[in-house]
Amino acid sequence: MLYPRIIPCLLLKKDSVFNTLNFHKLTYIGDPINSVRIFNEKKADEILIFDIDASIQNTEPNYNLISILAKETRMPINYGGGIKNIYQASKIFHHGVEKISLSSIIFNEFNLVSELVKIYGSQSITVTLDVKKNIKENIYDIYYYNGTVRSKEKLVNLILKLEDAGIGEIIINNIDKDGTMRGLDLDLVDLVYNKIHLPLTVMGGAKNHEELRNTFTNYKDISIAGSSIFLFKGRLNAVLLNYPSNEEKQFIFSKI
Amino acid sequence: MIGIIDYGSGNVKAISNIYNYLNIENKIILEKKDFSKVTKLILPGVGAFDSVMRKINSSGFKNIMNDYIIDRKIKILGICVGMQILASSSEEGNENGLGWIPGVVKKFKNNKIRLPHMGWNKLIMEKNSLLIKNIDMGSRFYFLHSFYFKTALLENVVCKTLYDQEFSSIINKDNIFGVQFHPEKSHDNGIKILKNFALL
Repeated sequence: MLYPRIIPCLLLKKDSVFNTLNFHKLTYIGDPINSVRIFNEKKADEILIFDIDASIQNTEPNYNLISILAKETRMPINYGGGIKNIYQASKIFHHGVEKISLSSIIFNEFNLVSELVKIYGSQSITVTLDVKKNIKENIYDIYYYNGTVRSKEKLVNLILKLEDAGIGEIIINNIDKDGTMRGLDLDLVDLVYNKIHLPLTVMGGAKNHEELRNTFTNYKDISIAGSSIFLFKGRLNAVLLNYPSNEEKQFIFSKI
Repeated sequence: MIGIIDYGSGNVKAISNIYNYLNIENKIILEKKDFSKVTKLILPGVGAFDSVMRKINSSGFKNIMNDYIIDRKIKILGICVGMQILASSSEEGNENGLGWIPGVVKKFKNNKIRLPHMGWNKLIMEKNSLLIKNIDMGSRFYFLHSFYFKTALLENVVCKTLYDQEFSSIINKDNIFGVQFHPEKSHDNGIKILKNFALL
C-alpha cells in the first residue's frame, strides 16, 4: 500500500532558510545545504524547497545552489520559486531535481503548464496555490506573488483546470495558518479532497504527530507538508530540525 | 565502468552522484563515442515515453545499444520510464519501444485512485534476483508514475507492487533489468539496488 507523504518545506530568501508567520515575520533558521543534509539523514519522504523571493524580485533560480542541494539528497526534491519558462525548468531538472512547482506564473501564462507536462510528463509538474479564507463570502481566495496579489480565479475551478492541463500534484498552502502550528485547515481539505484525482498535498498549520495521525486516518491518500512543525521543537519552540523517525511513523500511520 | 545514458531530460546526475559516493566508476553518456569502455548501462527515467524514444532514435544510440545489449549481452538497468521503454509499446505514446522484454505499457485505470502513483510503496517478491540482495521485502521505495509495465511472461517479474492492482515493479530477462521506482531517490534501499546492479 502507498503511504501518505510527510514533507518538510524549506523557504529560501537570499539563499538562507527562513520560517514565516502568515507569510510575514521572518525567522532566520539557517543554511539550506545543512538543512537539506539533516532532512536527508532523517530519511524524509520528500523535500519541498521554495524560493519565496524569486517571483517578486524577478530573479533567476539559483542553479548553483539547486545543484548542490540535489547532490546532497537521496530523496525526491520539489523545487518552486520564480520558474517562468521551459528553459529554466530544463535547467532545474538537469541539476537532478524530480519535480518543479509552478505558482505565480500560472496566473499570467497558463499555457506553460501543459507545455511543461508535454515535455516532462505529469509526474514532474506540480502547482502550489496560496489561499486565504474570505470569511465574508465564505470562500477561499487565491493569492500569488508571495501572498501580495489576489487572483479572481475560484479555487476548485482553477484546480480542475490544472488537473485537465495535466499536472501531477496540487499543493495548497493556507496563508492564515502558515507558521501558526495551530492545526491544519480541514475545511479546505474537505472542499477539494473528493473533487480531484491527482495527489493532494496540504500545507499550513501542521501541529504535531498526533494531528498527522488523525488527518491520515480520515484522509487516507493525502500528503502533508510543513515548515514550522519540522523546524522547531519543545515547549520553547527552539530551532531544531526534526522529522518523524521510523517508530514515530509507525504511530502516525497506525490507523490507515 | 557504468555508463549512464543522458537522453536530454533524464535525471542522470542523481545516479552519477550515488556511484561517485560508492566509489564505483561511472560516466555520463552524451554522444556515441562515450559508449567506449562501458561494461554496464543505465537508462534513467524522467520524461514521457515518446520524447524518450525519439531521443534514443535520433541520437543514434539505438544501434549501439542493440549491439551492446542484444549481441554482447552487456547488462542494462532501466529506471521508471527507462524501464517502460523496454516494452514494445505504451499507451502513453505512439512510438515503438525497444521491445527487449515481452510486454506493453498501460495506464492505471480506476477513478478511485489518485494518479500519478506518487510516494513510497512496498515490493512483493515474485522470484529471487541478485538485484534485490539484502533488500528487506518490507522496505519502501519512491514511485512516481501513471503507467505500468504489463509483462507478457510471469517469469520476467522479480517484484510486484500493489496500487489498486498489482503491477511489475522489478523485471528481468537475461541481462536486461528494469525498476519502476526511483532507486536514486529511495534513500539507503535505493543505494543498495544501484550497488547490487554494479556488482552483478
